[in-house]
Amino acid sequence: MPPKVRRHVFSALVENKPGVLARIASLFSARGYNIESLNVGETDNAATSRMTISVLGDDRTLEQIRKQLSKLIDTLKVTELSDLPCVETDLALVKVKAAPDRRGEILNLVTVFNARIADVSERHLVIEISGNEAKLRSFLSLAGTYGVTEMVRAGRIAMKRGD
Amino acid sequence: MKGTRAIIEVLKSEGVDLVFGYPGGQIIPLFDEFYDEKDVRLVMPRHEQGGAHAAEGYARVTGKVGVVIATSGPGATNLVTGIADAYMDSTPLVAVTGQVVSQLIGNDAFQEVDVIGITRSISKHNYLVKKPSDLPSMLKSAFHIARSGRPGPVVVDIPSDIQKTEINAPIPDSVRIPGYQPTYEGNPRQIDRIAQMINASERPVLYVGGGIVSSGASEHLREVARQANLPVTTTLMGLGCFPSDDPLSLGMLGMHGSAYANQAVMGCDLLIAVGARFDDRITGKTAAFAPLAKKIHVDIDPTSVSKNVGVDLPVIGGADNILRELLPKLERRERQAWFARIAEWKASSPLDVPEYAGAVAPQRVLREMNRLSRDRDPVLVTDVGQHQMWSALYWNHQRPRRWVSSGGLGTMGFGLPAAIGAQLGLPDNLVFCVTGDGGIQMNIQELATVKRLDLPVKIILMNNGYLGMVRQWQELFWNKRYSHTNLSDNPDFVAIAEAYGIKSLTLDSGDRTAATLEEAIDHPGPVLVDVRIDREANVYPMVPAGEPLDQIITRR
Repeated sequence: MPPKVRRHVFSALVENKPGVLARIASLFSARGYNIESLNVGETDNAATSRMTISVLGDDRTLEQIRKQLSKLIDTLKVTELSDLPCVETDLALVKVKAAPDRRGEILNLVTVFNARIADVSERHLVIEISGNEAKLRSFLSLAGTYGVTEMVRAGRIAMKRGD
Repeated sequence: MKGTRAIIEVLKSEGVDLVFGYPGGQIIPLFDEFYDEKDVRLVMPRHEQGGAHAAEGYARVTGKVGVVIATSGPGATNLVTGIADAYMDSTPLVAVTGQVVSQLIGNDAFQEVDVIGITRSISKHNYLVKKPSDLPSMLKSAFHIARSGRPGPVVVDIPSDIQKTEINAPIPDSVRIPGYQPTYEGNPRQIDRIAQMINASERPVLYVGGGIVSSGASEHLREVARQANLPVTTTLMGLGCFPSDDPLSLGMLGMHGSAYANQAVMGCDLLIAVGARFDDRITGKTAAFAPLAKKIHVDIDPTSVSKNVGVDLPVIGGADNILRELLPKLERRERQAWFARIAEWKASSPLDVPEYAGAVAPQRVLREMNRLSRDRDPVLVTDVGQHQMWSALYWNHQRPRRWVSSGGLGTMGFGLPAAIGAQLGLPDNLVFCVTGDGGIQMNIQELATVKRLDLPVKIILMNNGYLGMVRQWQELFWNKRYSHTNLSDNPDFVAIAEAYGIKSLTLDSGDRTAATLEEAIDHPGPVLVDVRIDREANVYPMVPAGEPLDQIITRR
């Protein structure tokens, strides 16, 4: 039986230096790991950045990824968020076909999902939606019934809950 | 202080008195600084790759950090194989490369390459110096990273304008790198657990590698093995950390390991791996590796643990510390049944010297070299291929840091330059470079370096007119289709050595073996011996790649 593949989110606190992103990207490609999404941004401390990396793999691969990430000299700390209670969110822009007779339904959908209309044109709406993976999937699946012509996602960010 | 002076001051503060370097456009400023330098000697190879391997050879025999310097572009790319080799074999190395002037970086300038990008996956870390004031701390950090934890190569790329700039930063005494804190001390409860598992085991095997050598744990290993009465098998990188002729020694394991080492691993109930990384050349088929054994893995690098083979007890820390802590907790057990089985295995497939009807037996050459050099604390440096495996198997390894070979990367061309580094590191020892007719031609230009420095290296060229290891695979697994492995039109190596001004000898009959080697050893300077070995001699035992370790081919 092949080992069970699951999704995993790592949060890596790294030094905010040139080349760190390239180093992490190179680690993933050299070792044959697949990145599902990767988000980088500054933290409250300008000397560090936070990388949120979502990957798919079996337990052994995920453990290797965690250790390999920790081994990089520029990595300060690696946390596995999937094992901890955490808030996670992603942001998507979705361009949906919106013929005049369907607009009402789509606007209802936007309201239900707490999303936002970012742009309106003759035949399309651009919808901005944020939330966890389940919410985004469910929205995309419903939006798909109207026809999605373009979609872009920012990549998942996550944070451990509580103190 | 100028950038180049700062570089040399950092080298001195790190105890460096010898570096290898090849000049070129973007590193002229640093070479100019060496022109008057008295405390740090610069040795020039004839190719940057030779410089990198020489620095590795020097590091491997001395335990110090090897240093190699090259120019930008092709100088840097010529270092790449050496850097990768050092990475695979955990050899401490600092490679300093010149880079084009800062404002031209990224413009495809003359002799520009992205050294940092190229070496990212083959170095422990690398730095591009962008601000002059960063130069001292970055170079200092490079030494710290190269030698600490699991050692490895670090690249420091320095644009030529920064080499020439005035540096307004002091040379730090030490550096602190927040994201880099290797674990040296083992967890005491885990060490207790190791002791319990060893004390309870009926059929233990200690499987040890280069980590014993690099952490200086050979004495601790000997004490542990003798105290608890444990048979010891070593990897290629671990050779020398335990004496080959010790009654507890099983020699090397793996693809070309002794049959009895592999049989012991397959039959043991406890495998204690220390400073070894379960490489595929060691394990064969991983799912069938030491199938009856509980496995303990002691290593300083967490990523080595459970990477290839799952283990029952991982312990992170330095081999020296952990073995030292372990020693008083071990009980002596006789394990007569286990040692009786090992004795049977040893008796049924000994490492004997085959006869090759008149031709020179490479195995006998090694045994004779050993006999003739016993009291000279010899260093055995090898290239890569059949001669390397014969050297691993038939040499009586006695001490750590006296065996220098390219293990993980398997770099042909490693031998001759590494022997230069080894001889410079141990000027009073007898240094043998065992190489092949394929390997020597990959860095044969270093004969000029040997000559200029008059290094008394004894080059034992095991010449079979083939790329012998590949030919052996073709014979055994590719239906004797010898695609591009025949080198029977080799040049005359004796004439080549003589052209470089190096004494050379031919050994082409088995009964001249001892006399020829004696002549080579007695000669005060460098010698090349062209040894015409049996053309189709093979390395046995052999476990075919990907097979379990008990699938041993012992003879044709």
